[in-house]
Amino acid sequence: MTARALLAGWLARQLSADAAAWLKNSAAQIQASSKDADLYLSVSLVTRKVGKTDLALTEADLREAKAARPDWNPRDWSTDQAARVLLLLALEQEPPRLARALDQLCNSADVSELIAFYRGLPLYPDPSRYLARATEGLRTNIKGVFEAIALRNPYPSEQFPQAAWNQMVLKALFVGSALWPVVGLDRRANPELASMLCDYAHERWSAGRPVSPELWRCVGPHAAGAMLNDLERVLRSGTEPERRAAALALRASPDPAAGTLLQRDAALAKAVAGGELTWERVVATT
Amino acid sequence: MKFIDPHIHMSARTTDDYERMAAAGIVALIEPAFWLGQPRTNAGSYMDYLSSLVGWERFRAAQFGIRHYCAIGLNAKEANNVALAEEVLALLPRYLLKEGVVALGEIGFDDQTAAEEKYYRAQLDMAKDLDMVVMVHTPHRDKKTGTIRSMEIAVEHGVAPGRVIIDHNNEETVEDVLERGFWAAFTLYPHTKMGNERMVEIARRFGSERIIIDSSSDWGVSDPLAVPKTARLMLERGIAAEDVEKISYRNALAAYGQTGQMAEKDWLEPADIDQRTLFEGNSVLRGQQPRVDDLQQIPERIKDLVFK
Repeated sequence: MTARALLAGWLARQLSADAAAWLKNSAAQIQASSKDADLYLSVSLVTRKVGKTDLALTEADLREAKAARPDWNPRDWSTDQAARVLLLLALEQEPPRLARALDQLCNSADVSELIAFYRGLPLYPDPSRYLARATEGLRTNIKGVFEAIALRNPYPSEQFPQAAWNQMVLKALFVGSALWPVVGLDRRANPELASMLCDYAHERWSAGRPVSPELWRCVGPHAAGAMLNDLERVLRSGTEPERRAAALALRASPDPAAGTLLQRDAALAKAVAGGELTWERVVATT
Repeated sequence: MKFIDPHIHMSARTTDDYERMAAAGIVALIEPAFWLGQPRTNAGSYMDYLSSLVGWERFRAAQFGIRHYCAIGLNAKEANNVALAEEVLALLPRYLLKEGVVALGEIGFDDQTAAEEKYYRAQLDMAKDLDMVVMVHTPHRDKKTGTIRSMEIAVEHGVAPGRVIIDHNNEETVEDVLERGFWAAFTLYPHTKMGNERMVEIARRFGSERIIIDSSSDWGVSDPLAVPKTARLMLERGIAAEDVEKISYRNALAAYGQTGQMAEKDWLEPADIDQRTLFEGNSVLRGQQPRVDDLQQIPERIKDLVFK
């Protein structure tokens, strides 16, 4: 089943008969029409017609979602978000038109609509069309909108050039978003990002402000030279979660000196080697 | 006590104001579309402004635990720029049915020109077609004539008086407005509009039926705490608590809640999805009562409750 069919099915299952009928008819009308006015109107009306509660998805639903679209995780989508994306997907046979409509919709969207449209990014056809829109969306000051793109969304890791990716990860730390829900965080780690993150950590230390333990996750795989001093400092004098993070980062480093540093804390070195310590565990204690 | 400010231009106010408003017990506000203090020269900037009313400003308010609603429309001043007006009217349908848009407004007369009348009428028709509540701005010059004209035109277009809030009333207009079955809102704005001692006397004379107060606080010297201050003054000067509650909270909710886009549960029990997105789990709104009596902690003396 396609992602679109799954969304339609979940909504049909959860909505009242009236709401489901309205949604189905609106989608059909949008697909058949040559004017976008129907789309704009229907999208506005979604909250009234469909309401906004969490989508009630089972583990089986989530597995089907991943099968339909790799790395797609609609676990925390709401009914209004799903409905809005479904309405937009009524144009999926005409990718240029969908891209234009998305731009128009984003230009006059309210907060909830923006979040919906950005969450839908992995589902729109011809993904490279949306790169400018996605990077523009990240410029927002509205945290929910930022997170709609950055978290639980495979689109950035698949489509963003390195510079845009790095800025996104750095901004996530800046605005206090968690990093663990960023899809592709490990795969897209790179030396430039590691360097930017260490600079950011230095800034925070100078200001007497805390550094998120998650920061080191993107440093570890490329930690070399002076960056190891930072990890050593965290290992030696950080909080418990920070020390665990430093240990994991040192373990991931390709520099042989990292292994030596890690051995200075036998307990942590053992926990990392034995697999008991993972990034999930670090975050859980933060 | 909880308060609603049903007419305030938060885009022109700072976060200091939001903090004070939240501390003073304002749980919800309505920001009507207005002009910027100087003319817009193209429809694009008008559109971006409307987007900010349902986007950034709504989010900004939520960060302080205040629920932000808006009215969308072409204001009276800019109706005089006919080319702009035409374009803006074509844009309005993209916003009018969005979540949290409680009324079409603020529309009406400024100088009472032919262009203003044309676009007032056109928007009344839109409101009627979409079954919306209307927020009417009454002119500050030649107010009495303009107010009566605004009401007569609304009735002419078949909009029910109970669906129309006539704002910026004063002693000269209040009787006509109430008599004709419209909601009568009063803007408590120092020096140029209603003063709040006068408002107390209006409440004493006319009671609380269909009477609403607001601050219309904007980019000028105005007070975003006008509503809680005036409510406090009314209580001190012997207006019954039940009436004060209606004037400063319940009537605004009744008037602007008519289309279901504003409801008490929005701030008493916000939807989970709103908690996570708009409010980022801000505990101020997790079903708790808003902080009461924090007026005392705001560094202003009691005598500053009164402004002329």
